[in-house]
Amino acid sequence: MSTFFLLIPVLLVAGVVAWLSERVRSTLPNWIALITFIATTLWVIVIWLNGPNAEGLYAEWVKPWIPRFGIDFRFEVDGLSLMLIGLTTFLGIVAVVSSWTETKTRHGFFQFNILWVMAGVVGVFSAFDLFLFFFFWEVMLIPMYFLIAIWGHEEKEYASMKFFLFTQISGLLMLVAIIALVWIHYNISGTLSFDYDVLKNAEIGGATARLLMLGFFIAFITKLPSVPVHTWLPDAHTQAPTAGSVILAGILLKTGAYGIIRFVVTLFPEASQEFWMWGMTFGVISILYGGYLAYSQIDFKRLVAYSSIAHMGFILVGVYSFTELGTQGAIITMIAHGFSTAALFMMAGALQERLHTREMSQMGGLWVRAPRMGAVTMFFVIASVGMPGLGNFIGEFLVLIGAFQKSVVLTVFATIGIVVAAVYGLSLMQRSFQGVPNPDVSQMPDFAFREMSVMVLLMIALVWVGIYPQSLLRMTESFLSGLGYPL
Amino acid sequence: MHLLWTIPALPLAGFLVLFLTEGRLPRSVVSIIGAGSVGLSALLTGYVVWQFAASDATEFVSSSWTWMTVGNFDVSFRLWIDELSLVMVSVITGVGFLIHWYATGYMSEEEGYSRFFCYMNLFVFAMLMLVMGDSLLLLFLGWEGVGLCSYLLIGFFHKVPEFGYAARKAFVVTRVGDTFLIIALFLLFREVGSLNIQEGLLFARESMSEASTINTIICLLLLGGAVGKSAQVPLQTWLPDAMAGPTPVSALIHAATMVTAGVYLIARMQDFFMLSQTAMLCVAVVGLLTLFIASFTALVQSDIKRVLAFSTMSQIGYMFFALGVGAWSAGLFHLMTHAFFKALLFLASGSVILAMHHEQDMFKMGGLRKKLPVPFIGMLVGSAALVALPLTSGFFSKDAILLAAWKSEFDYSTLFWIVAVIAAFLTSLYTVRMMVLTFFGKPQSEMHELKRDSLWHPNRIRTVVPFGLLAILSIAGGWLGFEFTGDLFDDKGVHAEFHFDPIALLTLAIPLAGVVLGYFLFASDLIDRRRLIKNRVSVVLSKFWGSGWGFDKVYDTLIVNPFRFIAQTRVNRNDIVDLFFKLIKFLASLFHHILSMLQTGHVRWYAFTMLGGLLLVLLTVMWI
Repeated sequence: MSTFFLLIPVLLVAGVVAWLSERVRSTLPNWIALITFIATTLWVIVIWLNGPNAEGLYAEWVKPWIPRFGIDFRFEVDGLSLMLIGLTTFLGIVAVVSSWTETKTRHGFFQFNILWVMAGVVGVFSAFDLFLFFFFWEVMLIPMYFLIAIWGHEEKEYASMKFFLFTQISGLLMLVAIIALVWIHYNISGTLSFDYDVLKNAEIGGATARLLMLGFFIAFITKLPSVPVHTWLPDAHTQAPTAGSVILAGILLKTGAYGIIRFVVTLFPEASQEFWMWGMTFGVISILYGGYLAYSQIDFKRLVAYSSIAHMGFILVGVYSFTELGTQGAIITMIAHGFSTAALFMMAGALQERLHTREMSQMGGLWVRAPRMGAVTMFFVIASVGMPGLGNFIGEFLVLIGAFQKSVVLTVFATIGIVVAAVYGLSLMQRSFQGVPNPDVSQMPDFAFREMSVMVLLMIALVWVGIYPQSLLRMTESFLSGLGYPL
Repeated sequence: MHLLWTIPALPLAGFLVLFLTEGRLPRSVVSIIGAGSVGLSALLTGYVVWQFAASDATEFVSSSWTWMTVGNFDVSFRLWIDELSLVMVSVITGVGFLIHWYATGYMSEEEGYSRFFCYMNLFVFAMLMLVMGDSLLLLFLGWEGVGLCSYLLIGFFHKVPEFGYAARKAFVVTRVGDTFLIIALFLLFREVGSLNIQEGLLFARESMSEASTINTIICLLLLGGAVGKSAQVPLQTWLPDAMAGPTPVSALIHAATMVTAGVYLIARMQDFFMLSQTAMLCVAVVGLLTLFIASFTALVQSDIKRVLAFSTMSQIGYMFFALGVGAWSAGLFHLMTHAFFKALLFLASGSVILAMHHEQDMFKMGGLRKKLPVPFIGMLVGSAALVALPLTSGFFSKDAILLAAWKSEFDYSTLFWIVAVIAAFLTSLYTVRMMVLTFFGKPQSEMHELKRDSLWHPNRIRTVVPFGLLAILSIAGGWLGFEFTGDLFDDKGVHAEFHFDPIALLTLAIPLAGVVLGYFLFASDLIDRRRLIKNRVSVVLSKFWGSGWGFDKVYDTLIVNPFRFIAQTRVNRNDIVDLFFKLIKFLASLFHHILSMLQTGHVRWYAFTMLGGLLLVLLTVMWI
């Protein structure tokens, strides 16, 4: 199904159309973006139902781009990619709906940026040529920068610049590593190619491999992010408009995780395996430090942002356990965290729109005013705390049971993270929705159809991942068996 | 047997309906859905029990879809029940239904009626999954699910910040235990290669040796989980605070079912524990310690529900103790009878509290016997069973435990027995004290305010009938117990025949002695109670006991306060790691400012710096 990749041009064109359509009517861009995301989501579902071909690919499309340097348009979609592309288009719907009434100016350019970020992300998840991959990596960065810098909150300039610099500098490291990898491979084999499948078999070992691996690794853990390169995240997430936060947390972080799973551990298997203890340790520190900082926050959105760092730590722990269970767990965590955090950021946005503050000291007892919002928040807090039956638990459990086979001590520390998650999650709930109703908040409109419909979709998605994760695990089975990990 | 799935599915359906209708249903419909779903489950359970007894099968299994499979890690949604599970299922649905029924009357004037039954139904579902799941992961699903419902229901009156704190405390403290449990799961999977309970037990029977350290570690980790959920030392501190929830919640979750999950877990994993003397000893000691500490604490409480909470802790301590000394059946037997009489006690105390306008302090009650005859009789029956007066249900089960303790093969079995008997004596004391303070003596508050009508008049059937049934069970449950739990385990426990030897007589007599002494202490005029209370020793002791032996204080000082201090005093709200990046930014702008200062726009300055630069170059060249 090569037509699948029309997805990217469709998103790009829809972006331009949405931008232009503002001249007709100011709400038209919203509708165009919404319809585009609904259509693309359905498209992904159709592809998913069609099933993969014999090689485990759902779609494939190759055309030469710059033959002289061995650069191709090489798009491939396997189970892992399809899952993440589905998450992307689905969260596109969430993003558009969550910012439906939030933006007051330049609706057209806003939706343009959202659509273009998503196009970039879809490219990242399906590019199997390293140059092409890097190209899309940059494509998704610029519109995201605009989203924060133009529609962000009070400290948007600082936050957007920080986001841009972190991503750009770490991206530069990756670019250097890509070029070095290609060059070394050219020297060994005599063929110049950016093709992932070719480079995967490059026989590079020792210190060179370790260095190149680090180039990729640093780029991806900055995006993920992991402690100590996480500090862009709280600022960017907090300052971004709601749609921006949803996309950032729900999808952009996943590109980092995807990069590690797809490129770091497969391009440099030995160097990565030697590195396992560092990878897992970074993960464990992220879990504990992120969770701890989340508890310290007084800003609803910032708390959720720090909790993301903790959840992403589980991904590192899972991947660097080099077990099938751990890696599967990391993948499920990517999906489940996408749903749960998107919902919590949407909630933060909805609260800010209603109360004009994100400070939890200005909230309290909101359940009385808006019981639906309370119940919805409770659901997603419970999900992110890791309640069995919901998606996040599956991911974290598989990660931990896999990691336990590798290192008992690190796993035990990671497991303490689930207690910390309970502490900050429930304190978020207490400080915002429970307790004595804040007398300053006399009225607050509850969720109506628009917001509720999206929240219900997200809830269904989390329950589905929680009780039938098999449907997702099956998709990545062939990718994992290719890695040849122990259970 | 596919019918099996309907037992947990009914409360789940009830939960879903109540959740999705968002409290828009009329109260009568909510009652029918909330209590009816559990009632139907109870009926079905009865049918299953009957089928089970009629067939020769030792297990009933019902499969559904695969939960997750990765390699040979394979977990399905599969129910698996044997006699042990059936006892639990019967208690959960049976007692659960009676409490739901009662709650339709008890909660009828509260806000959030639908939300209450929504959570309660979810609880029953989760609890059923806990005892019916065929794998430890399914058990864990239920385990966390009941913890969640416990949290939601303790904090049910969410406008009161203290209740919210109690709810979070319960959740977090039990989660500490859950962490042990989940690590036990990891370890079991590594050793056994499966999380299926039966495969695990088979592995333990066939492939593990008695000297296996790994096995001991597994058992201790499981015990860690059990200790958290069942409020045993050292993770017991959440239970007294959990009394913030509505009283039916205390009866169902914090007395009859959830808090006994730890007992079930250990009983379920019997084959592992049997292999490890160390682990068994730990179980017994944990039970004994809790029993001892909680009995003393119950003696000095003034809040009626807290007395019952500490009493619950100590009774579960008996169950742990029974498991530890190898009296498996007796432990489970006590679990069942305790569910009956403690639920009754809680419901009775709840109606007292409601009649007193939410007053829980026993020192403000007194003389209620005549004004509230039905709760009084209920309390009386429940108390009789609690102190194990002969022929009540509690007598049979507690006696079985004490006799088994005497006969156990531990080195310290005599010491164990003595401690357990002292605690039984204390149980009598605090129970008599509770009864006397609440129902006898002079009324301590203005009685005309008593809200008699609300509970016992319009909702009579809804409260009196389940109440009466529980009272009957508290008396007669003992005989039922023999039928039910007698041959659960092959340990000769419950059937320990009653010989008229001194030990048996002593075991029988001590609770009675406690009651008599309690009467003299708290009710008669023979002792000057004022002087006793003012005595310096008793002041210190009652303060120490009253605080639950200082556990809360230790945890607050060592863990909670430091954690809060660092988090809340801005020491690190701004993330120290970011300082590094801020430093880079600072240096960059510093150099920027230095360099831009050089751009003065004065020709003489430029000429001067050109000269200086030239000199520098020349000097460098000459130097080299």
